[in-house]
Parts: sequence; structure tokens; C-alpha cells
Amino acid sequence: MNNNLFIIIKREFMERVAKKCFIFTTLLMPLLMLLMMAMPTLIMVFSSPSAKKVAIIDETGIVAEPLVEQSNEDLTFVKTDVALESAIADEDYYGVLSIPADVVENPTGVKLYLHDGGSQITEQAISGMIDEAVRQQRMKKYEIDNLAEIMTYLDVDTSLQTIRIQESGEEEQTSSLMSFGIGLFMTFMLYMFLLLYGQMVMTSIIEEKNNRVLEVVVSSVSPSDLMLGKILGVGLVAVAQVIIWVVLICGLSTAVLPLLLPEGGVNAASSPELAAAVESFGSVSFILTLFGYVLVFLIGGFLFYASIFAAIGSAVDNVQDASQLTSFAVVPIIIGLMVGLAAGNDPNSPLALWSSLIPLTSPMVMLMRVPFGIPAWQIWLSVGLLYLSFLFMVWIAAKIYRVGIFMYGKKPSVRDLVRWARYK
Amino acid sequence: MSILKVEEVSKQYSGHLALDKVSLEISEGKIFGLLGPNGAGKTTLIRIINHITAPDSGSVEFMGHQLTAKDVVHIGYLPEERGLYKKMKVGDQALFFAKLKGLSSREANEQLRYWFDRFGISDWWNRKIEELSKGMAQKIQFIITVLHRPKLLIFDEPFSGFDPINANLLKDEILKLRDEGATVIFSTHNMESVEKLCDDIALINRSRNILSGNVNEIRTRMGRGRYRMSFEGDPQRLIASLGRVVVDAKFSEDVNSNVIKAELQLQPDAPLRETISLANEAVELVSFDRALPSMNDIFIRTVAAAEQDGARPVFKE
Repeated sequence: MNNNLFIIIKREFMERVAKKCFIFTTLLMPLLMLLMMAMPTLIMVFSSPSAKKVAIIDETGIVAEPLVEQSNEDLTFVKTDVALESAIADEDYYGVLSIPADVVENPTGVKLYLHDGGSQITEQAISGMIDEAVRQQRMKKYEIDNLAEIMTYLDVDTSLQTIRIQESGEEEQTSSLMSFGIGLFMTFMLYMFLLLYGQMVMTSIIEEKNNRVLEVVVSSVSPSDLMLGKILGVGLVAVAQVIIWVVLICGLSTAVLPLLLPEGGVNAASSPELAAAVESFGSVSFILTLFGYVLVFLIGGFLFYASIFAAIGSAVDNVQDASQLTSFAVVPIIIGLMVGLAAGNDPNSPLALWSSLIPLTSPMVMLMRVPFGIPAWQIWLSVGLLYLSFLFMVWIAAKIYRVGIFMYGKKPSVRDLVRWARYK
Repeated sequence: MSILKVEEVSKQYSGHLALDKVSLEISEGKIFGLLGPNGAGKTTLIRIINHITAPDSGSVEFMGHQLTAKDVVHIGYLPEERGLYKKMKVGDQALFFAKLKGLSSREANEQLRYWFDRFGISDWWNRKIEELSKGMAQKIQFIITVLHRPKLLIFDEPFSGFDPINANLLKDEILKLRDEGATVIFSTHNMESVEKLCDDIALINRSRNILSGNVNEIRTRMGRGRYRMSFEGDPQRLIASLGRVVVDAKFSEDVNSNVIKAELQLQPDAPLRETISLANEAVELVSFDRALPSMNDIFIRTVAAAEQDGARPVFKE
């Protein structure tokens, strides 16, 4: 590697890594992710409904009973005979539930009158209770003995264990849900990195051009070295961030995860998904393999897209002018994410296969497919194609860059870029 | 001996011919003025000399060999549009550029200390460029240009943005660098500074080199037959007595005395002694001088003349 390229890479890398916001986001992001995962539980804990008293005006005379029986400390039902208006006027009640006479036949006329704003949790709980009460009433009509038991018996909940036969003949227990979750996580992470860091390359080139510092730098370094140095420098920052996260996550999973689990581990029979997840994320080698794939596709995908962003950045004078051209990089990335999400439902469909081989979408789609255990040759072919095409892309981008950085004033079109790329 | 030899260099940009077979030679240890109207092709030529862009045809020889990418460590370039990394600290920035020019950390630090002391700005080391005034940033940029002791220095409008005191300081530094053996290419529109500083010049107009050579020779050559005189007496009589020798004459009277000043354009082959004695008989001569044209005049006249007879298309497909 020539010396000047190294100096450029070092400057680009240090400038970003030394920033407070980099250190901040790098350390905080894993915590933020943990927080996000814990969010549903936290919401449940903090937003459990406060004690509410609901008056029921029941015209059927039968539906109210089961509801009153199901009263708990959060939600209390009281049967009342007063008229609707006076019940509503009673500030003591959180709300008034009006049940029409034909509710068993036609459960659409139930009304809940509230003084304050509604709460989705409460409403769902109430309508669930009415459903159950109506169902009980309907069952009674058939006058079959033990119908309730029969119904419970018919309510089947299959727990499917998927076993993937590996090429070596070994059996591996898998869960499509978990594969989907992991794939989604990796694809989304790659998507964020490509967009954020790709645009970082672009804006930084535009800034150099506006600053006119570029002219000074290229009097010492060849334009292609400068461009490559910037791409590699920014790319290294992304890689550094991923590596720091891997270390943090490995640390968290080995130190923290065991503390959170109930003693004796998770019951694999009752919740195979959770058991598989715990087993996987508790293993450092599993996390390393996962992030190994992320890194391989992140580096290839980043170099590919950063080259496009670099060429665009060199051609324009400001970020506003760039917006139209950036769609050439942003749209394929977004399509990659979309196809990736679709591939999560059917990882072996022709669409998923082809889009995971074609370099524009391959990084995102392939990362989604990898956790499902696809043939190794597909992964290597995809990686090979991606890396070959990034070499080609860098070559084209350097040709555009070399001309673009000296073009001021005119907002360039795609045709201009193509013409510049053809210059000798 | 010439340090740089540009031969028949042409460069075309999408239908626009930026340089059309430009040749020039720059002597070592001299200050060379690269002149021309805006858009004439100076910046393109400077970029070619800096090995930033390659010419379509023609050759550039540097210190006796074909110019290569390695030679840029011997060149220092101060572009007209100044620029530095705004968020980077002064010291880090200077070190970064010094290393790009091939200096080791130790050499770079030594040189930087020398220049920072010299300009009295040692306490700026840890400040960011965005915290400095424009003039302060210009000083840093100058230091970055000369830090690696280049053999060839290229200054594009170096004095723009400097107050007269600092411009003078800069001029002295440039002369000192020249005295220490550096060759300087000096691109400017300020013709007065060309007269003061430059040994040789080239005038580029519409992508072509239309005038080049030693400044004094050019001024003498262009000033042939031009004289400045002052006298007491009747201008009409003077003209009549000199006769056909006078091509053009301009008179201006001084209000406070009866001395009249005249600018004369004589036939190039006019016999000088005879003319003076003829004039002396007609009027009372006070002074008679050769009038060297200013570089400003030469610039305007040469460009205008080139525009007239060379009204050729600069766009070709």
C-alpha cells in the first residue's frame, strides 16, 4: 500500500473515531438495543390500568353476571338498574357499559361510555370478556353435555420443532422464527450502516470540495488515492463500530444473560423458541459467526455503495444538488431491505435467491437468508460477485471523481457522469 | 538552466480547448509570472504542472526528466481558492500535509516549529482552523505550501486576502525562498507586483501563450519609440519641428508651472540624438526620458491585439 493512501486513511479514521458522538453512539447503541427489546415488558409493567369501576346496564340479564364475576382489582364491574343518563352522570364510574338485548345473536350493539379518554388495554379486556360470555351463552343453546370441555379439547396449539439436516448429516434443531429474527436484525443493521456511512462519504467529499481544501490535497495525492482513502477510512470506522459492539454483546451475553434466566434454565418443551434463543445468544461462537457474516457483507456492500456515493459527492457542489442523484444509491438499498424482508418469509424463493446474488441487493437479502441455513456455495458466490463488482465500481467512481471534483457551478446530470467516466 | 519545460501542451474539456499547444520554459531560481485574463487556461496549466491532471498531448519536463507523480514532493502549491480542514487543529493539519509531501514526523515537526516561530504563531498549534480569522488561516496555508522546502513553488494570487503589512511580509518570504534557491511560479492579476517581483513572464490568452520572455526585455521591446519629455514652450512648434518622426503625442500642462509634459510615440527607427536636438531648438527642454510601458499596459495591449487578429473560435467539437 502506498504511503499517502495510508496517511489519508488514518486522517479520515481518526477524525471520526475521536469524535465524542462516535464514542457515545458506539457505547450506547447496544444498551439502547437491549432497552428496545425490553420495551414491551416495561410498557406492560408501567402502564397497567389503574383501578376502574364500570357500571353495566344489561338488557339481557345474563351477560353481566360473568363479567361481574371476573372483576379484579384493576377493573371492577357493577350491575346497575338506573337509566343510562343517570349512570353516565355518576362521576363515581369510570365508564358505563350498555349491553343490548340481542347481544347473543348480534354482538355489534355494545356501547361503552367513558368520561376520560379510552385505554386500549381496558377496551380489549372488556370486549374479550363479552366475547367469552356470549360464547358461553351460544354454547348453552346446543344443550350438549361437556361442550365446554370439548371446545377446550378442540383448541389445538401445535408446537413444531424444526430439525435441519446439515450437509455433514448432523441434525440441528432450528426455529424459523428465530432465524427470521436474526436475519431481520442483521439485514436492518446492514441497511443502516450502508445508508449512514455511505452518505457520510458523500457529504465529506462535498465538504472538501466546498472548502477548496481538495485542491491542496490533490496537489500531493492522486485523486483516486484520495477517494479510496476516504472510502477505506470511513469503512474502517464502520468496521470498528461493529467490532466494538460484538465485544460488548459477547460480554453482556456471557456476564448478564445467566443472571436473567430462571434457575435450571428455560423449559425447552414449553417454549422451544425461547430455549433456542437463549442457547444461541449465550454462545460466544454463535455471536461471532453472526457478526462475521455481517462484516463480510458490510465491507463488500459498503465499498460498493460508498463508491457510488463518492462519485455523486464529487460531482455536485452541495447536498441539495445531490438529492436527485443519491436516489441511484438509496433506492437499491431500500429495495434490498424490502426484498430482504420478503425473503425472510420464503428464503428459498427464486426472487430471494437471485436478489441475494446480484450485488445491488445481495448484501441485505443474503444476510436475511443466511440464518435459515442455505447452501454454502450460494453465500460464497454472492460474496465473490459482490467483491468483484465493488472493484469495478471503485474503478468507475475514481474516473468520475477525478473530473467531478473540479466541476463547479453546474448541477450535473447522469449523462454528465457517464461522459466523465469515459474520459481518457 | 531550466527547472520546468512545458512543450506543446494541449488539454481539452468536453469540447472546450483549455490549452492549445502551450510551450514555456522556467529558469531555475527565478520568479516566473504566469499572466492572463480569467478563464485563459492558467489554472489548467498549473494543474498539469502539479500532476493533478494529465495533458492530452505535449510534454512536461521537470528537472530534466518527464514529470511524474513522485515529483510533486518537490512542488509546493498555494491555490487561489484557499481551503483547509475546518475542524482539524492547526498543528495536526500542518503535520498531515507535511507527511503527504513525504516528510517524516521529526522533519515535519522541526520545520513546523521553525515556521511557527518565524510567523510568531506558536500558540495556535491546538486551535481549530474554524476558530482562526481568514488572514490567520492564510498564514497557515502559506506555511503548509512551503513546509517541505519545495524546489518549485506555485503561488496563485498569493496576496489576495492579506492586509498590506502581511502582504509585504509574504513578499519578503517569497523573495527569501527564491534567494535560497527555489523557483517560483507566480500567477496574478496584479501587474504592479509582476513588475516588482518577476524575472520572466508568460501571458496566456484564450488557451495560447501569446507573449513570453524576460520582463525587462519585454518592456524595452514594447516601449521602443516611447519617450516622456517635459519642456517650456509651444507644443505646436515642437510637433512641427519634429515632423514625420512623431507617430503620436499627448500633452498635459501643469497648472502650477509652465512646464508641459509630453508622451511621445516616435518611429521605431527615429535617430534619437537628432530628435533631441531638434526638440531642443523648438522648445526649452527640461527632461527627456525613455518611457517603459507598465506591465498593465503591455497586458492590455497584447491581449487586445491578440483578440483582434486572432478572433478564432475557442470551441471546437
